[in-house]
Amino acid sequence: MSQALAFPTRGQEDFRYADLAALEPLWPVAQQRIVLAAGERGAEAVIHTGSEAVARDIVIELGAGASFALHLLNAGQGYGRFAVQVTLGEGAEFTLGAAQLAGGGQVLEVVTQVTHAGRDAVSRQVVRSVAGGKGTVNYLGKVRVEPGADGTDGEQSVRAMLLDRSATANNRPELEIYADDVKCAHGCAVGELDANALFYMAQRGLPPEEAKKLMLQAFVAQAFVGADQEEVLLEAALAALGKLV
Amino acid sequence: MLTIENLHATVAEKPILKGLSLSLGAGEVHAIMGPNGAGKSTLGYTLGGRPGYEVTDGSVTFMGQDLLVLEPHERAAAGLFLGFQYPVEIPGVSFVQFLRESLNAQRKSRGEEPLSGGEFLKLAREKAALLKMDMDMLKRPVNLGFSGGEKKRAEMVQMGILDPKLAILDETDSGLDIDALRIVGEGINAVMRRPDKAVLLITHYQRLLDYVKPDFVHVLAGGRIVRTGGPELALELEERGYEAVAA
Repeated sequence: MSQALAFPTRGQEDFRYADLAALEPLWPVAQQRIVLAAGERGAEAVIHTGSEAVARDIVIELGAGASFALHLLNAGQGYGRFAVQVTLGEGAEFTLGAAQLAGGGQVLEVVTQVTHAGRDAVSRQVVRSVAGGKGTVNYLGKVRVEPGADGTDGEQSVRAMLLDRSATANNRPELEIYADDVKCAHGCAVGELDANALFYMAQRGLPPEEAKKLMLQAFVAQAFVGADQEEVLLEAALAALGKLV
Repeated sequence: MLTIENLHATVAEKPILKGLSLSLGAGEVHAIMGPNGAGKSTLGYTLGGRPGYEVTDGSVTFMGQDLLVLEPHERAAAGLFLGFQYPVEIPGVSFVQFLRESLNAQRKSRGEEPLSGGEFLKLAREKAALLKMDMDMLKRPVNLGFSGGEKKRAEMVQMGILDPKLAILDETDSGLDIDALRIVGEGINAVMRRPDKAVLLITHYQRLLDYVKPDFVHVLAGGRIVRTGGPELALELEERGYEAVAA
């Protein structure tokens, strides 16, 4: 139980961009533990599109050769915080696919700490965030490779799309490596919708909001590729996008 | 069908079109030729309504209405198609999805019923066959990984599906090998050579005009039409160069 009961401050790295005022009534956040024994497989899809604030703290422990996939649509109208701590044993596999859609003034964030504790484990994190209006989307993700965890394969692919100049994205992928034979890739980008593509689509007859929706749908879908509940997640994301553009 | 009068347009506050006048009737094919920097692409983008291409003077009437007050997607719905010199890649969005939504958005704004998935695929298959394009390519993301020639051919398939009244084709012949040029030329004829349609071909070279015979050829230089003639003007240009002919 690493969860500190004391209410966090902005000085704590994991809470640097959090909406502390919205978090306070939710504190302390109960930990949800997911433990998979050696060789077990599991998956969970979490969809949050409601108006209430939400804070979740998910701790995942994967035994040797276990695999778990977490897919997450963080698209509520209030504060939405998903903290995920994962520990991977030898040869374990963890996948996170998260999409965040913030269109109002809310803060949405995914905070991860993925620890490769055994050899040859694989972790893949794909995070796609969209922010419009005065929305804020955050991803703070750390991959930690412990001494002896050689053969680690860790990937973080983090991209954010800003629809308005008033929106904010904070992306911070981080690596902490204490082993030698490690493959860790991270990509991080913040951008806007391609104006050339928007004109091209308009020229074929698509109204601007439809064109934006189509492009954002494709962008967000990257987070859900291969999910057990891919269609359900996409459908919910599409409905949420409809309110965003 | 299209009447352009004294059109002045700027890009990033730099005047590019400086008093261009041109009139296209239904059933006609016009070619615009001209040296680099004459304003050929600017004319296409300005008529398409691309952001950043600002009309400072003049008027454009299309099918009896003021084209310049319409948004780009409204111009498309009114029947204007712009074939791009550099078609844009759109990752993650398939041609089929993109074109079906585009066509149905156009139909909706014209008060027509949307096409069902099945009806649309039938139409797309027919137009792809016309341009000798494998239908499987239309299931791929828009223009992604297509060669230059394939992109141009895909532009023509899109034109066939959207069935515009007026096609403005901006250097559709660039990047095409001889076989592709013939196929694209025949495609333009098959889709657009109708009494109720018109084509404005923007090109550098005479060779596309071997397949798509223009009724009129215009020379664009310095942001204006400096000479107009029949198909023989294109041949003269090829022989003597822009400088001699436009002077």
